[in-house]
Amino acid sequence: MPDGSPTFPTKALPKLLDALKAREQSVLLDLGPVVGTNVTFFGERLGCKIFVEDLFSDIDRHARAGTLDHLPRVFASRFKRLEGSVDGILCWDVFDYLDKPAAQSLAAQLIRLLRPEGVVLAFFSTMAPKDSPLCYVKQTVVNDTTLRHREYPAEQSRQAPLLNRDIIRMFEPARVMEQFLLKTHARELFFRLPAA
Amino acid sequence: MWKRDESVKSTRQPAAASVTPSYAAGVSASKPEARRQNEGDVVNIGKSVVIKGELSGSEDLTIEGHVEGKIELKDHVLTIGPNGKIKAQVFAKVVIVLGEVHGNVTASEKVDIRDNGSVDGDIVAPKVAIASGAHFRGSVDMQRKPSAAASQQPAVAQPTKTAPSPQSQAAAR
Repeated sequence: MPDGSPTFPTKALPKLLDALKAREQSVLLDLGPVVGTNVTFFGERLGCKIFVEDLFSDIDRHARAGTLDHLPRVFASRFKRLEGSVDGILCWDVFDYLDKPAAQSLAAQLIRLLRPEGVVLAFFSTMAPKDSPLCYVKQTVVNDTTLRHREYPAEQSRQAPLLNRDIIRMFEPARVMEQFLLKTHARELFFRLPAA
Repeated sequence: MWKRDESVKSTRQPAAASVTPSYAAGVSASKPEARRQNEGDVVNIGKSVVIKGELSGSEDLTIEGHVEGKIELKDHVLTIGPNGKIKAQVFAKVVIVLGEVHGNVTASEKVDIRDNGSVDGDIVAPKVAIASGAHFRGSVDMQRKPSAAASQQPAVAQPTKTAPSPQSQAAAR
């Protein structure tokens, strides 16, 4: 079936793939909505175990209930996996929809889950949110360097962009290994936790 | 000219899926629901059937009812129909989900979650397809581990035979 959704280049995804290829039986955590083709792509390319934890649906649920301020506490107990049990995390653009306290809480939990030398891929907008329809973006992997963006309705709007230094602090002790500013005004950040 | 022997036909077992005695206790059908479609060699469990316990077989199975416990279909296709509701560990060659599954799903070939299908549990299969309108929460493990997949098949998987409960026999009359 033809899909008219726009496609965009990605420079950080190949870095994540390279990092996970080097590991045997790696564990990948996907924080976006479940996308069948992504599951197939990562499963077949990396032979990894993929955990899907759709945080966008969590954000929606709290937005509907008017309890978005609970998110920092929710994230603190959201992930049941053991500390240091994940090799890679796909955050997509979930941080764009969180205020700073929620973003800090989430980043701290993700770092807790990462194994030494584990990696994180996250996108951050550089533009102030406009009065556009509320929507999330479902990111579908077309190939190593291309993503397809499919918008779908959301309850929560994009928040003010996070500053680079705030992002870097949130993810400490992970380090930014690569950073790309795309023509789409998105920043792609690729983090790696240092070896133990 | 060949003539069908109705008396022979009537003694034929209605389904090839086998169930543990707990099935007999759990069936709540009030009319015949489990039937065999000879042409396709597929067993169909109707939407008013409730099975609690272990369900195993050696032919393709479609479930439209409720199953709680464990489902084992060695080398065969399990289809959870749109009305099917499963709370069970599932083992099969191919698992196609159009209904709801709560539990881990292991397939030696493929798991296919279709539009409106729902799986809450961990999937282990060399191939996994998830439609855009499907719900999935859990993990997917597509590692190629043929020996592990084989070892997950139950040791008790035997050629199937039917053990209909007194209730289901009564319902079939």
